[in-house]
Amino acid sequence: MAGEVKTKLSKNLLRMKFMQRGLDSQTKKQLEEEEKKIISEEHWYLDVPDLKEKESCIIEERSFLRCEDLVYGRMSFKGFNPEVEKLMIQMNSKCKEEEIEEDDKMEADVSDEEMARRYETLVGTIGKKFLRKRDQRVLKNDDEDEDDEVEEGNSNTRPSKRAKKMFLKPQD
Amino acid sequence: MAAERGAAAEALVGQVVLPGDLLLLPAHYSEDAEGERLRLSTGAAPQGRLLCGPGLRRSGAGLLVTKCGLLRHRPAGGGVYWVDSQQKRYVPVKGDHVIGIVTAKAGDVFRLDVGGSEPASLSYLAFEGATKRNRPNVQVGDLIYGQFVVANKDMEPEMVCIDSSGKSSGMGIIGQDGFLFKVSLGLIRKLLAPKCEIIQELSQLYPFELVLGMNGRIWVKAKTVQQTLIIVNILEACEYMTAEQRKQALAKLSGN
Repeated sequence: MAGEVKTKLSKNLLRMKFMQRGLDSQTKKQLEEEEKKIISEEHWYLDVPDLKEKESCIIEERSFLRCEDLVYGRMSFKGFNPEVEKLMIQMNSKCKEEEIEEDDKMEADVSDEEMARRYETLVGTIGKKFLRKRDQRVLKNDDEDEDDEVEEGNSNTRPSKRAKKMFLKPQD
Repeated sequence: MAAERGAAAEALVGQVVLPGDLLLLPAHYSEDAEGERLRLSTGAAPQGRLLCGPGLRRSGAGLLVTKCGLLRHRPAGGGVYWVDSQQKRYVPVKGDHVIGIVTAKAGDVFRLDVGGSEPASLSYLAFEGATKRNRPNVQVGDLIYGQFVVANKDMEPEMVCIDSSGKSSGMGIIGQDGFLFKVSLGLIRKLLAPKCEIIQELSQLYPFELVLGMNGRIWVKAKTVQQTLIIVNILEACEYMTAEQRKQALAKLSGN
């Protein structure tokens, strides 16, 4: 029965996925290629020689802005509108693209070295905030060992009190 | 139609051209000579593409003139050719900064009169810092300085008051008072040229504020009405005055 069934199965049935699981890869590829060939032959195409695409080097432009060097349209003179005057300098220098980099350097209020110094100390102080209590006490002892040894006894208790802000009575 | 023999583009720079003139470009811009382009020395051939500005159209191997005026050329980049023509009627062009007058509010969109064939539309979200809840305070009759994002002959022109990075950079509602008037488009371009003498001389007179729209509209505001009107009159008249006449007029004013 199995032998007879094989010869009588139609092509479409053989192309179905569950029939192809048993096949080896070569026959599968062959079948795929045949299918692709059939599909591509069904597509229509123009039997016309290929025209070489003309690449034009001329771009059409309708705006005067790109042809001429025009300044920005809003202007103010003799300090009538300070914002517009600032804008004038900004927009006109943007076109020339000369002074923008210099302006970025000039605008820093704090110099780079000052910034580095502050950052170093800042990291240390904020870091202390996140230490556990034991580490904090150890740190404090270390700090005070460097300072006066006389105040050691007093200063152990005082910092905790100093940290507390005393209630200020409002003066009537 | 008789075929005209064109003249070389470089020869006519700075001269009057009429519609229908054909300008021939050097061989390395024509489509057939692509192979030859590589052989030309880099010194002689400008790199990049040629820009064909307003008043010119591309036609085969050259440029066809469509407006009468003076032919101008700028060799920067790939080279630009354009026709410096005079007209009063404005045609919206993408990227131009113009002054518009609000004529109507239609739902989420304002209708602006920019002097073109159609009113331009401006969405209320196209202002800096505008959200659906925070609407800009725009009334009918206000003046707006904005730029076109869409402007072609098939569609209604659309304007915005922010640039590509979302900042207003001077665009938006133009403030109270002041005086709006119309001049020809050629004068606007003359005034917007870098180092314009008229603007420099006027700036010596009084403190004032000026907004120039590419659609021929100028808005002026000075401290008093009289000063404003003086500036308006000078700007209108300076189109037809020679430099000496203008200097005489200004000298009389500053003397007063």
